[in-house]
Amino acid sequence: MDKFRSLITYAVLLIFGLTMVVPFIWMLSTSLMTQSEFNKQETLFIPKQEYHIWNQGGETKRILLVMEKGDNSIIHVLDDELNIVEEYKEVPSSQIELVRKKPSLQFSNYIKAFKKVPFGLYFANTLYVSFTSLIGVLITSMLAAYAFARMEFRGRDFLFYLFLSMMMVPQPIYMISSYILLDKLNWLDTYNALIVPWIANIFTIFLFRQHFKSLPKELFDAAAIDGCSTFGILWRIIMPLSKPIIATASIFSLISSWNSFMWPLVMINRPELRVLQVGLSYFNQEASTQTTLLMAASTFSILPVLVLFFLAQKQIIASTAKTGMKE
Amino acid sequence: MKPKWKISPYLYILPAFIILLAFRLIPIIMSFIISFYDWSIQGTGKFIGLANYSTMMKDPVFWQSMLNTFWLVIIQVPATIVFSLLFAVLLNRIKLFKSFFRIIYFMPYVTSLVAVSIVWKLIFNEQTGLANTFLGYIGISPQAWLSESRGIFYLMFQSIGVELPKFLHGPSQALFGIIIMTVWKSLGYNTIIYLAGLQNISKDYYEAAEIDGASKGKQFWHITVPLISPTTFYVLIMTTIVSFQTFAQIYLMTDKGGPLNTTKLVVYYIYEKGFDMLEMGYASAVALALFVLILALTIFQKRVEKHVNY
Repeated sequence: MDKFRSLITYAVLLIFGLTMVVPFIWMLSTSLMTQSEFNKQETLFIPKQEYHIWNQGGETKRILLVMEKGDNSIIHVLDDELNIVEEYKEVPSSQIELVRKKPSLQFSNYIKAFKKVPFGLYFANTLYVSFTSLIGVLITSMLAAYAFARMEFRGRDFLFYLFLSMMMVPQPIYMISSYILLDKLNWLDTYNALIVPWIANIFTIFLFRQHFKSLPKELFDAAAIDGCSTFGILWRIIMPLSKPIIATASIFSLISSWNSFMWPLVMINRPELRVLQVGLSYFNQEASTQTTLLMAASTFSILPVLVLFFLAQKQIIASTAKTGMKE
Repeated sequence: MKPKWKISPYLYILPAFIILLAFRLIPIIMSFIISFYDWSIQGTGKFIGLANYSTMMKDPVFWQSMLNTFWLVIIQVPATIVFSLLFAVLLNRIKLFKSFFRIIYFMPYVTSLVAVSIVWKLIFNEQTGLANTFLGYIGISPQAWLSESRGIFYLMFQSIGVELPKFLHGPSQALFGIIIMTVWKSLGYNTIIYLAGLQNISKDYYEAAEIDGASKGKQFWHITVPLISPTTFYVLIMTTIVSFQTFAQIYLMTDKGGPLNTTKLVVYYIYEKGFDMLEMGYASAVALALFVLILALTIFQKRVEKHVNY
C-alpha cells in the first residue's frame, strides 16, 4: 500500500513537473528548427530535416515537391544553394524519394536572431544597469539595515514600517507620476532613469537586518571596547561575516533587474538604451512570424538567469522559503 | 550598543531614505494629486477636480477592465493556492529527487516574464501551438485561445450542448489562456513557501492522528489545512496583490488587450491611457482606484486572518 502511494506521488509530481518544463523544452527545440519544419508541424520536439530528391537512376537532384498528380508529380528542381533552377517540371512519382536527416539542429538561428536586432548592445545595457543598481542596493541596504538592526534611535520602528509599507505599494500605482518626475529631472531616456530609483531596495534591507540581528551581541561589545568606530564595526566585523547573505541578496537583485520590464519599457525610448527585456519585446512585434528566431532570442535572453539559478538554486530556494515565514 | 553620536543612526539610513522618499513616497503622493488634473505630457496640466473620477465611473472600458481583472484574480488565486499546496504536500512526502522537483517547479518563477510570454503566445497559437496539439491527443477540437472572445464557461458548456445565460459566460478563452500561463509562472514560488510552512508543522500531530486511526485524507483536512493557514493567508495576500498587477502578459501575448477588450486588465489600461493616449491625469485616477481596491482587499484579508488563525 505504501509502495503504491509513493508510486502515485511520484507519478503526479512527474506529470506536473513535465508541465513546468515542457514550455522550456519546446522553446529550445523550436529555436533549433528551420522555419518550414516548424510551420509544417511534423515534429513536436526533435528538429529533423526532411526533403525530397528526384532520383533518375542514380543521378539525384534536390527538389521541391509542389503537388502529386496521379502517377506524376510536379516539382521544382533546386541547386545546391536551394535556388530554383527548373520550375514546374513533371516527373514520375516513382522517381521521387523522401530523405530524412535527423536531427539537424539549426544553431544558425541564434546567430541570425543576434544579428537581426542589436542584442549584444541590449545585453551590455542590461548588465550595466543590473550591476550598477546592485552596487547601490548593497551600499544603501548595508547602512540602513545596520542602523535598523543594531542602533537605538527615535522613530526607528516608524521608519522601518514606513519602508516596509512602501514596498507593498504596487509599481503600476506610481508609474505615471514617476514618469512625470523623471521628465522634470530630465532623466527620461538616460541610464539614471533605470538605475537611481532602484538603488534602494527594501527587501534587501529587510534581509540584511534579519542577518545583522542574528549576530551575537558580544562581538559588537568587544569591538567597541577595542576602540572600533561604529562604521569600523560594520566594515571590518559585520561585512566579513555577511558574505553568504550578501551573495544571496545580490542574486535576487540581479535577477529582478535582469527581468524588469514595465519600468524600462516606459522610461526609455532611445533604441540604443534599450535593455534586453524591452529589446526582446520589440523583436516579438517585428518578427512575430519568424517563430524559430523568436524562440532563439527568448532562449538566450533567459540563459544567464537560468545559469545563475542552477548555480545558486540552494540559496535562492532557501531564502525564498524564509520570506513566507512570520517573524 | 549605544551610538556615539545621536545623529549617526539617521546618517546610516539617509541614503536609502532619500531614494525611497524621492522615488516612492513622492510619486505615490504625486499620483494622488495628478489624478485631479487634466495632465498630458507637456507642461503642468489643468486642475479639473473630480472630473477624472466621474469620467471613470462612466467609462465602459474601465469597468470592462475591472471585470477582467476580477476574473483573473478570482480564478488565479484559488488555483495557485490549491495547486501549490498539492505540490508541496506531495514534495513533502518524498525523499528521492526532492530537490530535483523543487528546481523544476521553481524554474518558471526565475525566468523573465517577457520570454515566457512570447513562448506561451506561441503555445496558444491556433495552428502551430502546443496547446491545441495536446488537446488533439485527448480528442478535443482545436481552440482559438488568445483570439477567442467568447467566455470559457460558455464554450465548455456549449460543447456538451448547454447554453449558459450571459452572466455565467466567464472570462474569455483568451483571458483564460493568460490565467493558465500566469498560474504556471507563479506555482513554483508558492510551492516553496508552502513547503517551508509544512516543514514547520510538528510530526507529533500526525503521529497522534495515526494512533487514533485517522485516514490520510482526514489528517490533511483536520491537521494540515488548519495549521498551514498562516502560510495560506500569506500566499493569498501576495498572490492577490501580484495578480492585480498583471501587465507584461497582456502587452506581449494579446493585441492591446483584445479580442474585444476581453483581456484588457486594469494595469494594462493604465499603461494604455497614460502612455499611449497620454491622458496621464485620467490614468492616475484609474491607478488610484486600483490602489484603493488592493489596499481594501489586503486589509479585509488581514481582518479575516485574525478571525481564522489561532
